[in-house]
Amino acid sequence: MSAIRVLSPGLQTTVQDLGRFGWTHFGISASGAADAFALRAGNLLAGNAENAAAVEMTLMGAAFEFEAATVIALTGSDFGAGLPLWTPVEMKAGQTLRCGPSQSGARCYLCVRGGLAVPKAMGSASTHVITSVGGRPLRTGDLLPIGNEAIRRPRPAAQAVPPLGDGPLRVTDGPQAENFADDLYHATYTVSEESNRMGLRLHGPAIASAAGHMLTEGAPLGAVQVPPDGQPIILFVEHQTTGGYPKPANVISADFRRLGQLRPRDRVTFERVTIEQALRVLQQQEQWLYGL
Amino acid sequence: MTIRPASDRSLHVVFGDRITPEAYASVTHLTHRLEGAREVLNLHPAYTSVLIDFDPRRYTHERVEALVRACLATPGPPDPAPRTVEIPVDFGGQCGPDLADVASHTGLSPEGVIERFTAVEYEVYFVGFSTCFPYLGGLPPELATPRLSAPRKHVPEGSVAIGGQQAGVYPLSSPGGWRLIGRTRLRLFDPQSVPPPLLRMGDRVRFVPEETH
Repeated sequence: MSAIRVLSPGLQTTVQDLGRFGWTHFGISASGAADAFALRAGNLLAGNAENAAAVEMTLMGAAFEFEAATVIALTGSDFGAGLPLWTPVEMKAGQTLRCGPSQSGARCYLCVRGGLAVPKAMGSASTHVITSVGGRPLRTGDLLPIGNEAIRRPRPAAQAVPPLGDGPLRVTDGPQAENFADDLYHATYTVSEESNRMGLRLHGPAIASAAGHMLTEGAPLGAVQVPPDGQPIILFVEHQTTGGYPKPANVISADFRRLGQLRPRDRVTFERVTIEQALRVLQQQEQWLYGL
Repeated sequence: MTIRPASDRSLHVVFGDRITPEAYASVTHLTHRLEGAREVLNLHPAYTSVLIDFDPRRYTHERVEALVRACLATPGPPDPAPRTVEIPVDFGGQCGPDLADVASHTGLSPEGVIERFTAVEYEVYFVGFSTCFPYLGGLPPELATPRLSAPRKHVPEGSVAIGGQQAGVYPLSSPGGWRLIGRTRLRLFDPQSVPPPLLRMGDRVRFVPEETH
């Protein structure tokens, strides 16, 4: 089986797919690509099923050597690889791909025709970094076997890639929304350096809550939770499955890709929308993906 | 009971704001009924609530709510028979740095705390937080001790702890604010074993003293 060799691992480079489901009641969140939109698009462009395992790079890209000729698609943010993004590209046997520091957002995906044939854990190839379920971040010398699970020919380059946008993050009301005034919607927050795949920690004006002691309850992906210090945390792909902090808001599914591209020191604001509006935006995003 | 969206891809079912046997029975019943349901991606049971994640491209909140109501209206198969898991614990010393604080808070001797803590059987209310953390009901009320005012940055893997009126075990090293009274060498979470979690909702737990420092 041919493989891709990791020449240098970058900052935090992992194998991801769309995540493992059915384990939150054991305290294990789904994990999966931080920008699932980019991973799905890259797989579709390379001729894969959208859930195929691919490489996720974070802030500083990795370098790879391809042992055999194949087709790849780079999606997400521009890590300066010198190849067009959102476009299937043929790689020759022995060719190297060198990614560098991000030129735009936090994450870049390397999708390979046939998918990565790495072992699955609990139904998914996704690396859950904090628990090591599904493996660990890549190191120099790792070999990533290339699978033969392509389902169709590579597609033409994607047209009119929906921009990430720099407007407010859109949220719907969370379970404790009534315990909060509108503080969240009138302030600008900065993404903290302590952010990771578990959560995006925000710094900014403290949010006051009328919520007293609350019972631990389930916490969904994208929940904005507010601990006693009033600094919001957005629960991300490796989030805790239950928690006891009140949640005034929840980021909409269509904006999860923006969460995956947020970098430390980026600024964010919030805008409240209805569930109907959230689902309409999601449908537009899905329509674009279906067109690939 | 209230049923409300928690996000555009999840529904929150709440059976009240106090922990009661009735509310908890509804949680376990609904969780068992929904396990494996086609509409459900993920379930987050807790003391009095169940959060249900679904794929918003395929299903609506209304559809999932109808499923929930149908599950609650019909008796399901009996809950799976509980298993009893014995957890060996080294109490006190470096393994349980807060044992003395729990003793002074409760007015007991450290030995008295251990004796009472190991005399009862606990029930796994649910498993959650960060990776297979079992929330245990059944702590003798006289052992209840408030959490630390500032959480520790690193609680060692296997730490056995009291947080308010609850008991729990930290499966992995993580931050945490509960009072650490001992440590087990039993691995609650092993990423290599499938299925990995040792404890599941409804299991019974007994703590067995191995060594006391």
